[in-house]
Amino acid sequence: MKQTARIISTYSADAFGVCSALFELGGMTIMHDASGCNSTYTTHDEPRWFDMDSMVYISGLSEMEAIMGDDEKLIDDIVDAATNLQPAFIAICGTPIPMMTGFDFEAVAEVVEMRTGIPSFGFPTSGMKTYIDGASMALAGIARRMVSDVDPEEIANPVGMIVKSGSSPAFFDAPRVNILGLTPLDFSVNGSDASIADWLTECGFEVVSKWAMGSTLDEIRQAGRADVNLVVSAAGLGAAKVLYERFGIPYVIGQPVGEDQKDILRDAVNELTFESRAIRHSEDGAAGQGTESISVLSDLADADADAAPEIIVIGEGISSLALASAIEFETGRATKVLCATECPEELLRDCDRMTPDEDDIIPELEGASVIIADPLYQPICPQEARFIALPTEAFSGRIYRDDIPDLIRDPHAVTGQL
Amino acid sequence: MLRRINGKNSDRTVVPGARIADAVFPAPFRSGLEYSSPARGTWNIVHTGMLIPDAHEIFVCAAGCLRGVVLTAAEMGTADRFSTVAVRENNLLDGDMEELVIEGVSDIIRKLPVRPPAVLVYTSCVHHFAGCDLGMIYSRLRERFPDIDFTDCYMNPIMRKSGLTPDQLMRSRLYMLLHERERRPDAVAIIGNDLPTLEDSDLMKMLKGAGFKIHEITSCKSYDEYQEMAESSYYISYNADAAPGGDMLADRLGGIHHYLKFSFDYDEIDSEFARLADVLGIPARSDEEIAALRESCDAALADTLALVGDTEISIDYTYCPRPLGLARLLLDHGFNVMRVYVDGIPGADRPDFDYLQEHYPDLMLHPTVHSGMRFAATENKAEDHGKILAIGQKAAYFDSTRNFVNVVEGGGMIGYQAVTHTLELMKDAYLNEKDMRGLVQIKGLGCDVCLR
Repeated sequence: MKQTARIISTYSADAFGVCSALFELGGMTIMHDASGCNSTYTTHDEPRWFDMDSMVYISGLSEMEAIMGDDEKLIDDIVDAATNLQPAFIAICGTPIPMMTGFDFEAVAEVVEMRTGIPSFGFPTSGMKTYIDGASMALAGIARRMVSDVDPEEIANPVGMIVKSGSSPAFFDAPRVNILGLTPLDFSVNGSDASIADWLTECGFEVVSKWAMGSTLDEIRQAGRADVNLVVSAAGLGAAKVLYERFGIPYVIGQPVGEDQKDILRDAVNELTFESRAIRHSEDGAAGQGTESISVLSDLADADADAAPEIIVIGEGISSLALASAIEFETGRATKVLCATECPEELLRDCDRMTPDEDDIIPELEGASVIIADPLYQPICPQEARFIALPTEAFSGRIYRDDIPDLIRDPHAVTGQL
Repeated sequence: MLRRINGKNSDRTVVPGARIADAVFPAPFRSGLEYSSPARGTWNIVHTGMLIPDAHEIFVCAAGCLRGVVLTAAEMGTADRFSTVAVRENNLLDGDMEELVIEGVSDIIRKLPVRPPAVLVYTSCVHHFAGCDLGMIYSRLRERFPDIDFTDCYMNPIMRKSGLTPDQLMRSRLYMLLHERERRPDAVAIIGNDLPTLEDSDLMKMLKGAGFKIHEITSCKSYDEYQEMAESSYYISYNADAAPGGDMLADRLGGIHHYLKFSFDYDEIDSEFARLADVLGIPARSDEEIAALRESCDAALADTLALVGDTEISIDYTYCPRPLGLARLLLDHGFNVMRVYVDGIPGADRPDFDYLQEHYPDLMLHPTVHSGMRFAATENKAEDHGKILAIGQKAAYFDSTRNFVNVVEGGGMIGYQAVTHTLELMKDAYLNEKDMRGLVQIKGLGCDVCLR
């Protein structure tokens, strides 16, 4: 039966995705919730809680406040705390009861902003979707309101900037890249985020900002200077679309996992930089022209339609697709993705499946020879299949944190077991 | 040490707090946005439910609410006794919440490799607000699975200010599955505790000395053994949150429920144990016994004071039910108790609150959930202060100290033994540093008692 789970875990929820995405940016995030969300998020979904003093709170909603529609109590509490603590922004997100009572997040955020003078966001999460939905919503909000407008003079001189050399472009000024979709829920705190930035730098690119691990809000504000966005998880898609709409910055979807994929990804960034610079500096160039996005994926599994993929990866969409592609590039073995979190259908290949529930997943695992997934999936995997553990904070929280590999630096932590 | 990453207010350096002389009973601090410290040792409703041997827990909630409980079960090694049914938006719109619970729970039970003797079905805030017919749900489940004992459990924190708290409800549910049976006059059940009552506690000594057969859920190895608790003629609770459940149990099965108030005050301990002896129909402690117990406590207090001297001491409410009572005891015996971390003051603590206001007006009270407490550990960096002896995990975290007593919920102590045991723990904490960061973040301290 759908919606039931006999034994597997559940993914981190949308409200926690909001908190995780905004954690390092100096704001104040409030989950409008009775109790429980705070300890759940800070215990299982936030490995930075002990070390960084980010302001994440719950409202402490009571039965009477919910029934009477007493939003004023929440507003007063937020204004009181914000006046004292002076966050850079305020974000209010929701849980099931505010969703049931029709709480107007945007209106309350507007009132809070009027009273405090601090930029405020209302993110209508319900606690019923995964962290991807919330993180994407939050980063999109940041992209919409907190990223500074770009002075055309500030970005590279278009004249003579681009040299077409052979099949790939070269640049006098390094291509500038934002990394979108970084949260510990997908990348833990094992250095994977830094590895992505390091790889971009090694490619000769300039990393403008990292959304949202390892960058300050001031760095995030400069994101409009970038030529290309690299979307490394579906949590970055919302911001990518906004930045494309606002600045015409196209985005590449993928992760630099494995050497072949790194080469393809690098070429894609170069290609889109060439195109975006040409458009942004043309006289009639405007945001929204040109290619919006490129996804970097192997299509081996789809190409051999007659043979069912023997390897299965379960997890977040873009991370799993990147790993599947790395496996296909490096081993030539078709690999199917079972995506349990929100992911645009068009990113998935024909062989891949959206599988939000335990009963969606179990039939898909029949006949698999290798299953790569978080250890908390193992109880539902066929015993005859080889199980390769790939923990993620988004599914098993802190339990296997020490075993989460940095696949950017060491893809063989998984592919070496095949 | 916390890394400061936010905010503009350089004046934000004062940890919220008040002199007890200026504090108002029972709520010394204004309620507002709530912070959650990394100290996690207290139990939650998953841990407590797992005390029933072989029972299976099924939570029916939104994904966000499931997240914390499913990982609690996974962390404590009981994922095979835990399942979930996710409530989604369409269920609220379609009005099929009852059907989702009944069919979801049924589906899970049919898939379990071993039929559990009991299933705890936890519904949540959304069921309450949607007006679900919970009675019908449980009736239908009992009809479908007559071989299984079902009980209603709740994860509805929105009701924490209305009627019984979720903690009180959970402790009462622990005993709802007991079937009535013939009572033995010499059988006693200690009820409502997460942690086992210590063998050297006054309570255990009194009961054993009187020849009672003692039941406690923490020591039950099987569901059958759990059912034997129903043979008890007396139910004794000493956790205030367990008392309502004790009354329900006595009403349902017969027998007598007695609430034994936890205390650090000698006279109160004596009067409480005298009342208990009276209820049980056994002799109360003699004057000589009481004098000896008091003497041993006084000696332990003097011995501990000689060791710790004027070391700063902080206490938090997660250590035991009467943190102000403990502060009073220690202050009266010359200890340098500087502060107590407590969000609200229970009624039972009123005499201690009043006494401390009068005699130690400068004792500081600090909240634990106030939004400003986010920065307490930053302000109290270990390198900026001398040795602090913390009694309780939250105190240890907020005061950034590795010298702390790592016990929650009273740790199974009661009576004069609570005094001597606390002092022994204080001495050990003073002499031996602990891995504060690692230890306080463990959920449900001592929950391995659920693994049989």
